[in-house]
Amino acid sequence: MKLREIAHSRTGDKGNTSNISVIAYDQRHYPLLRREVTADRVKTLFSGIVHGGVVRYELPNIGALNFVMQQALGGGVTRSLALDAHGKGLSSALLDLEIDETDASEDA
Amino acid sequence: MKTVRIGSGAGYSGDRIEPAVELAEKGDIHYLGFECLAERTIALAQQDKMKNPAAGYDPLLEPRMRAVLAVCRSNGIKIITNMGAANPTAAAARTAEIAHNLGIRGLRIAAVSGDDVLDVCRQGDFSFLEIEGRVSDLGNRVLSANAYLGAEPIAQALAAGADVVITGRVGDPALFLAPLIHEFGWAMDDWERLGKGTVVGHLLECAGQITGGYFADPGHKDIAGLARLGFPIAEVNQDGDLVITKVPGSGGAVTEATCKEQLLYEVHDPARYVQPDVVADFSQVTIREIGPDRVRLEGGRGKPRTGTLKVSVGYLDSYIGEGQLSYAGPGALDRGRLALDIVRERLKLTGVRTTETRFDLIGVDSLHGAGISQGREPYEVRIRVVGRTDSLAEAVRIGNEVETLYTNGPAGGGGAFKSAREVVAVASVLLPRDLATPAITYVEA
Repeated sequence: MKLREIAHSRTGDKGNTSNISVIAYDQRHYPLLRREVTADRVKTLFSGIVHGGVVRYELPNIGALNFVMQQALGGGVTRSLALDAHGKGLSSALLDLEIDETDASEDA
Repeated sequence: MKTVRIGSGAGYSGDRIEPAVELAEKGDIHYLGFECLAERTIALAQQDKMKNPAAGYDPLLEPRMRAVLAVCRSNGIKIITNMGAANPTAAAARTAEIAHNLGIRGLRIAAVSGDDVLDVCRQGDFSFLEIEGRVSDLGNRVLSANAYLGAEPIAQALAAGADVVITGRVGDPALFLAPLIHEFGWAMDDWERLGKGTVVGHLLECAGQITGGYFADPGHKDIAGLARLGFPIAEVNQDGDLVITKVPGSGGAVTEATCKEQLLYEVHDPARYVQPDVVADFSQVTIREIGPDRVRLEGGRGKPRTGTLKVSVGYLDSYIGEGQLSYAGPGALDRGRLALDIVRERLKLTGVRTTETRFDLIGVDSLHGAGISQGREPYEVRIRVVGRTDSLAEAVRIGNEVETLYTNGPAGGGGAFKSAREVVAVASVLLPRDLATPAITYVEA
């Protein structure tokens, strides 16, 4: 299953740092997000784009994760050579992630 | 309990104008905020001001003010905006003229300045947060340095009877936190309420991004009426309790999902959202839909402010040259790749010196690189060559080399585009708080 089936996402930019939220449509899927969408997987997915660390913050109240990726925007939005200097489209790439949908509720 | 209704009339400098008019006419709001100042904008505005001392404010100040001043006046709505950019006093003077021309009399307009800390930053020893080096290393390339001021001077201007408050650089949420401080008499060390008010400001500052903009994904997240998207309204009480809504009948939607996405937009550690007035904590916020296009947010908190203010330093960074060209039909991808190879070789042969380049295939790998992009053959492809140079003349040559593919490159290349521009970049430093002194001046229409 693709992450897109159970979660939505938005990218934000500050300087050379990008953040991507991953939010469960249904709160019941939050444990699955926590288990499947790790900082390591996000770092691997974006290895050609993100050159710094990836930190994950957890927001159980709203069923969301927030990934903060350093050195992710081609030197910073104001100087990047990239077509999408803000990295707006990174959230769409992340939602294409493959998720193992085996019940994760007991891991919660 | 008293409730204050605040509308958000713009999420960036170039934003649509009619949604703000709709808010002023039908939103039953007390305040209308316009957040129009991106990181780099103030540096560009500073360049304008150097050429003309009466310039340096937002280019859309005039049409926006012309569109909303009269209706705000008749409905008793106060306007707060950072459209002053590099020159809030000139923006206030111009706004007074516009009001006068509209037949409005007795309108009190405040200009909040004091964010310009260029001299302090040039003379001091300030290291950049995001890039190597110090401000002083950049010498004459430094164009501007503006501290993010807090809500206090805006609240003071409102207390002094201002109908319109125009600032330069302030923390974006401060535009919306200030009227709450003013209306409810919140103390500037009431961290809990300042934190809640920062949640309000953070959710409002991007306008349509919480009412269905930057959200729709057909089949997964459908939003109706994006061509007439309504901008948001926050209803806030004395304790900072908050409901987000919008004008009935406008396009878009306010849902738990739109609010969740915007709560985390441009946020790093959600427990430490550092603003000039408070370190806000979004980590315990709960979000619940209480009616159609009505969402309640609770649980915002705050911690004491830090001893420093963030300063955005604008500087001349480099030049960027770019060229694009399209190929279509069978073999389009191969011809696009051949075209990129040719330009790569041409830039070497002709000695164009670049410090960084990209060779993209738009429609194939331009956004996320070859790794993530699947290798499917598109019907059409657009090559994009872009490089960073130390001079404008060299930047121009990059686009020229793409354009010459018309007659020298693969078959069927069409739609050339080229550009060369100077890059004003922005980096940040932290300034001890007492080195920036806000100042308020008033002008009357």
